[in-house]
Amino acid sequence: MASITLRNIVKQYGDGFPAVNDVSIDIADGEFIILVGPSGCGKSTLLRMIVGLEDITAGDLLINDVRVNDKAPRERNLAMVFQNYALYPHLTVFENIAFPLRLAKKKHSEEEIRQKVTEAARTLELTDHLERKPANLSGGQRQRVAMGRAIVREADAFLFDEPLSNLDAKLRGQMRSEISQMQRRLGVTSVYVTHDQTEAMTLGDRVAVLKKGELQQIASPRELYEQPVNLFVAGFIGSPSMNFLPATPAGDRLRTPIGDIPVAADKLQTVQGRQVVLAGIRPEHFEDATLVDEAKRPQGHTFSTELTHSEWLGNEQYGYISFEAEPEIHRLLANLAREMDADELRPQIVVTLDAASRIRGGRPAELWVDTSKLQLFDPETGINLTRDAEAGRELTAEADAARKEEIGLARERQGVPVQG
Amino acid sequence: MTSVKNTNRRERTIWTILTVLVLVYALFPVASIFATSFKLPSDLSTGKFLPTTWSPANYEQILVGNAQELFLSALRNSVGIALIATFIAVVLATLCAYAIARLDFPGKKLVLTTALAVSIFPVISIVTPLFNLWRRIGLYDTWPGLIIPYLSLTLPISIWTLAAFFRQIPWELEQAAQVDGATTWQAFRKAVVPLAAPGVFTTAIIAFFIAWNDFVYGISLTSTQAARPVPAALAFFTGASQFEAPTGAISAAAIIVTIPVVLLVVLFQRQIVSGLTQGAVKG
Repeated sequence: MASITLRNIVKQYGDGFPAVNDVSIDIADGEFIILVGPSGCGKSTLLRMIVGLEDITAGDLLINDVRVNDKAPRERNLAMVFQNYALYPHLTVFENIAFPLRLAKKKHSEEEIRQKVTEAARTLELTDHLERKPANLSGGQRQRVAMGRAIVREADAFLFDEPLSNLDAKLRGQMRSEISQMQRRLGVTSVYVTHDQTEAMTLGDRVAVLKKGELQQIASPRELYEQPVNLFVAGFIGSPSMNFLPATPAGDRLRTPIGDIPVAADKLQTVQGRQVVLAGIRPEHFEDATLVDEAKRPQGHTFSTELTHSEWLGNEQYGYISFEAEPEIHRLLANLAREMDADELRPQIVVTLDAASRIRGGRPAELWVDTSKLQLFDPETGINLTRDAEAGRELTAEADAARKEEIGLARERQGVPVQG
Repeated sequence: MTSVKNTNRRERTIWTILTVLVLVYALFPVASIFATSFKLPSDLSTGKFLPTTWSPANYEQILVGNAQELFLSALRNSVGIALIATFIAVVLATLCAYAIARLDFPGKKLVLTTALAVSIFPVISIVTPLFNLWRRIGLYDTWPGLIIPYLSLTLPISIWTLAAFFRQIPWELEQAAQVDGATTWQAFRKAVVPLAAPGVFTTAIIAFFIAWNDFVYGISLTSTQAARPVPAALAFFTGASQFEAPTGAISAAAIIVTIPVVLLVVLFQRQIVSGLTQGAVKG
């Protein structure tokens, strides 16, 4: 078990391009940290620097408060699960899992190795496959073998490099929950790289969002979702993405393409004197006006519009509203989309409506928007002007407490003899 | 059900017939040489496929008889030259292919293109210049005089096969081994070598065949038993008298030099096939 500290880590390649720039993260013992970001943001490079496969250009990497910058991978006692599993094709499943134990010669007797491998295979449900070669296994089984190799090590921390990206959607969900439960059961510090935000949100105690090698925000999934620090984090986290509308302060209202929206005074104060800001509203903060709870109605605003089209998904439906935007806003949105590695963001609003709503595209509709959840961003710097840092800290502190409790519970349960 | 079975059976029959046809077509010359190698000189022009009496006389002649010296020295030359050429080619090609597969360096494409260009260069067009050059610098009729041109035949194909093979080795394995606690050397030995060995081995066999089967260089760049390999030496067999054709002895020698090739293929069939199809099938 270990804590990992990244202090002003920089990775510069030969051409001077910084793949990772001045990243500092404190990872507590037993914590599950996710590194997330669009491709090319440096998340994998960062992980490979932690494990020792890439040199660190500048900064300090500490494991258990010992500087390990110059140590070889094998001296760091970390286990890594690679994207392509990196199983040894010439060895059986048993020998694959036993590989790290065999390398640490003398330390383990043959009997001990067999016992450890069998034990790991049992937890991963690989017992029937121990004598097979990796080539004869399914994707999910290979993935489990790769994890088995990490488990037997009793390594200080687990590092995952997009471990689920080669699996199909269904299996990915299953393996995701298996990884999550295993991490809690073992209470082992984990760093997990992914570009899939579902994985990031469901697995992470804290999620670090990276863009172009720079750390944007590290916080619990809820804080990222509810109190993003900037436009990039707000747009990257959440699916469908947050809607960004150009807005001009006018009295106690904001003038937007969907009409004038009344906004709380404290929020308006933050944008006093500005010509244009970007208003961020998540799709689920819209609703069919006829279906809104009376009690909730006052905290929002009802407006008329017309959907271009809608998509019914069973549990909910998405509606699309297009709006005209100035070339300047157009450029801004296109830029943001490029940064997020997404398709071009069209000047379009996505709204999530109740599945029961009868609103259809092409006809006038009454929509309600929850203005209390609205956030305002500086269009140039992207900074979230309405962010409540205090509320954010609380959310992350809650997540931290939840983690400690979960690990405690998992350890307690292990104390109880396993049945069967 | 029955109809499926019927089509299956019919398909199988068609395939069997086709296979037999191809086999007969390919193996008939071999069978003919084999039969001829057991014929007595008087039997050669009877027009029959099989010898009237099976006689080991031809084999006796080349192994212990008057053609012994000619044949055995040629055999020694062939084995020695082919083995040395193979060894050098495989060592050089391994280093070259490893660099091509793993490193990014300027001129990588050039190396591969040059190798390809060399391998499609018609051998016959450089034989005459080589003959003159070798005579001038004293390499004519020596082992190195054949090993060097053989390298030009074996190196390109070795580099291409090995580069394709090495590209398929997931280098993540080496890193995984290092994270698992291996030193750089251990990672190479335990994760990479077991995967690379079959490729190197296959390449060696292919290179050996090429050197072993060569005729043009063998006949042109040698003049005595000092370096003349078997394929070239066969032409120098003579009959018991000048009125007798040495066909029987030549056939016997041909059969003997075919044996190592057949043995190698039979023993390492699987590796050779997988080596030849490397890069063709993803997986």
